[in-house]
Amino acid sequence: MAAGLSVDVLREKLKQELEAELVEVEDTSANHCATSFKVLIVSPKFEGKPLLQRHRLVNSCLAEELKEIHAFEQKTLTPEQWAKENRK
Amino acid sequence: MSASLRLLRRALTSRPVPRPCRRLLSQGSASRQHLDALVKKDKVVVFMKGTPAQPMCGFSNAVVQILRMHGVENYAAYNVLEDQDLRQGIKNYSDWPTIPQVYLNGEFVGGCDILLQMHQNGDLVNELKKLGVRSALLDKDQGEDKKDKK
Repeated sequence: MAAGLSVDVLREKLKQELEAELVEVEDTSANHCATSFKVLIVSPKFEGKPLLQRHRLVNSCLAEELKEIHAFEQKTLTPEQWAKENRK
Repeated sequence: MSASLRLLRRALTSRPVPRPCRRLLSQGSASRQHLDALVKKDKVVVFMKGTPAQPMCGFSNAVVQILRMHGVENYAAYNVLEDQDLRQGIKNYSDWPTIPQVYLNGEFVGGCDILLQMHQNGDLVNELKKLGVRSALLDKDQGEDKKDKK
């Protein structure tokens, strides 16, 4: 199971299931051993959802993977928020 | 003296099991009922790795530092590293896969990421206000405002 975890696998899964416009996944584990990840997800599915619901959506999408992941940071934005952030 | 009387006397004079010990021994540390009571007992409750004085994980430490910044001192912190049942139980309870977990007024608000974003966007100040806790950051801001006006 743990062997199946990679930045690419997570990115593709999130992109597909959350219909995300943008997914950035970073392996933040000390020696890139795929135990800690940081993700940025831009998806229209987040619209109208408070932060907790957005994170829950991501967590349920990666329910299996999260059993093997030690630390998981996430930033969840709507396309509108993402555009705003880039304008700064 | 009868045997039963001796037993009774012993029971009356024996000291109760110390609290932390009793908590570790109880099978109930992961039961829904127990956790429900735990998160509702205090206005601010944190399940973390380590203690506020000595956090054992960067994310738990971040939560402690954020609460400190807001002047929240009287919160209940439970060290999940001391109790494996609690560690798994609280994850099941909130349906949230990671530690730390923060509860305000008995309600799960999120982990480190969410608390950090609530801190950054000002939501945390408002949520604390609802609990009757005045964020220390408000006083700090006001002080700076006054200085600016002069």
